[in-house]
Amino acid sequence: MNIAEIQEEIVDEFSMFDDWMQRYEYMIELGKSLPLIQEQYKTENNIIKGCQSKVWVHAELEDDKLVFTADSDAIITKGIIAILIRAFSHQRPQDIIDADTEFIDEIGLKEHLSPTRANGLVSMIKQLKLYAIAYQTQLN
Amino acid sequence: MIDSKIDILKIRKDFPILNREVNGKPLVYFDNAATSQTPQQVIDVIVDYYENYNANIHRGVHSLSQEATDAYENAREKIRNHFNIAHAHEVIFTSGTTHGINLVANGFTGLLKKGDEILVSAMEHHSNIVPWQMLCERTGAVLRIIPMNREGELIMEVFHDMLSEKVKLVFCNHISNALGTINPIKEIIDAAHKVGAAVLVDGAQAAPHIKADLQDLDVDFYTVSAHKMCGPTGIGMLYGKSEWLKTLPPYQGGGEMIAEVTFEKTTYADLPHKFEAGTPNVCGGIAFGAALDYMNAIGFEQIAAYENELLQYATSELMKIEGLVIYGTAKEKTSVISFNIKGIHPYDIGTILDKLGIAVRTGHHCAQPIMDFYQIPGTVRASLSFYNTHEEIDKLVAAVEKARNMLL
Repeated sequence: MNIAEIQEEIVDEFSMFDDWMQRYEYMIELGKSLPLIQEQYKTENNIIKGCQSKVWVHAELEDDKLVFTADSDAIITKGIIAILIRAFSHQRPQDIIDADTEFIDEIGLKEHLSPTRANGLVSMIKQLKLYAIAYQTQLN
Repeated sequence: MIDSKIDILKIRKDFPILNREVNGKPLVYFDNAATSQTPQQVIDVIVDYYENYNANIHRGVHSLSQEATDAYENAREKIRNHFNIAHAHEVIFTSGTTHGINLVANGFTGLLKKGDEILVSAMEHHSNIVPWQMLCERTGAVLRIIPMNREGELIMEVFHDMLSEKVKLVFCNHISNALGTINPIKEIIDAAHKVGAAVLVDGAQAAPHIKADLQDLDVDFYTVSAHKMCGPTGIGMLYGKSEWLKTLPPYQGGGEMIAEVTFEKTTYADLPHKFEAGTPNVCGGIAFGAALDYMNAIGFEQIAAYENELLQYATSELMKIEGLVIYGTAKEKTSVISFNIKGIHPYDIGTILDKLGIAVRTGHHCAQPIMDFYQIPGTVRASLSFYNTHEEIDKLVAAVEKARNMLL
């Protein structure tokens, strides 16, 4: 599936819920299935700045696709990064760079999109895209 | 202790913001240590200023300027009276506590030398750590830390041992923003003076709860922010003893702070204008005075008694939640409850509480050394004010339990 298709799938899943509590509970569930970053990559360098909780992200190229792993010490943040990684992992760097992120709004997490929000969802998206830019440069 | 005779329903009507909803739920505001809400009486003063007598002060010959000047200076007098300060010229208007601390730290640059010591408590806000670190870098003075115990109380025996002729300055908050501890500042001031050290007390968290008598305390500097005590943001007060304020050089240059200017030399204005360069926050100053009037009309003893009642109730109800740990259990503390639930990140709890319409602070509360001391990433902090209710505490407790069930 391409990024747009995965995002649509995530939006479909979240549309089943009537209220925020169910959405958050599902997000927390998704956090539990996050592909975990290996301990050796949990370094200061891999921490995303701008989050009140700690978020580590690691990226690796497998053939021409970028594979992300991550972790967080806060469970909601873990859910958010899990959703992002599900949408962006195992994709070509250029597709990640080009992808839009409006699906975050559609799944009812709009409040997390404010750049001043302490959880740093915006920082997370930026960081994933920065990885994509770096690896795209390498591929070129 | 006196019984609180707070007419809570009447008081809540004074705060229009308490009627609003957040995320579809009635707002429960427990972030009072970050900023307090503003009563209609203060909002009216702000509106009246801009509608009727907005003008630059201390320099116009016209009537509006005179009215604004009178109102502003009248506010200074209210502040002097409230804190029992000897002279109005010892009241310096600032933009807030941080500004006041930086003004003093900057002023001491020329007064310290290598090897001098500065003592600062282990439970300071970053604003009362960083300016002193910068001062040490400029002068070669050494910053030493007064330690605290697990309850969040300063270890006074160690403090007394640290005092020597080398100590030139001591800084301490009156009340800790992260833990709510009321520090024994009278003991600290008296002991510091015996070795000739000056003392600055950060009163930002104390001012909403305690009416400090600054002459009785004999403190050298005391600084507060209006926005923590029902006033607007961007205005605060630095008190300094006359002899200190005369000794310290001006902090900023500009209009208002001068007596005479030629290109060869400028002579500075008398106190307090020497430290009030530029057009001040006139409206803010006047509104600060109105905020003091508002709180004094309720009465600080009444406020303290009621807040203590809320604190005791909230503490005992929260403690019933399994795995909940409270940080800061000093015998003397105000209505601040910093807590975590074992196994849950404070940020997660804060996020769920916000969805339920409850405003708390999460994180390190600009006091990272305290978090390092307890080896935690941060806490959830509920800070209660005199306009909060027992019902709101019940909502908080129910919401924390809900969050716990979702997150564990």
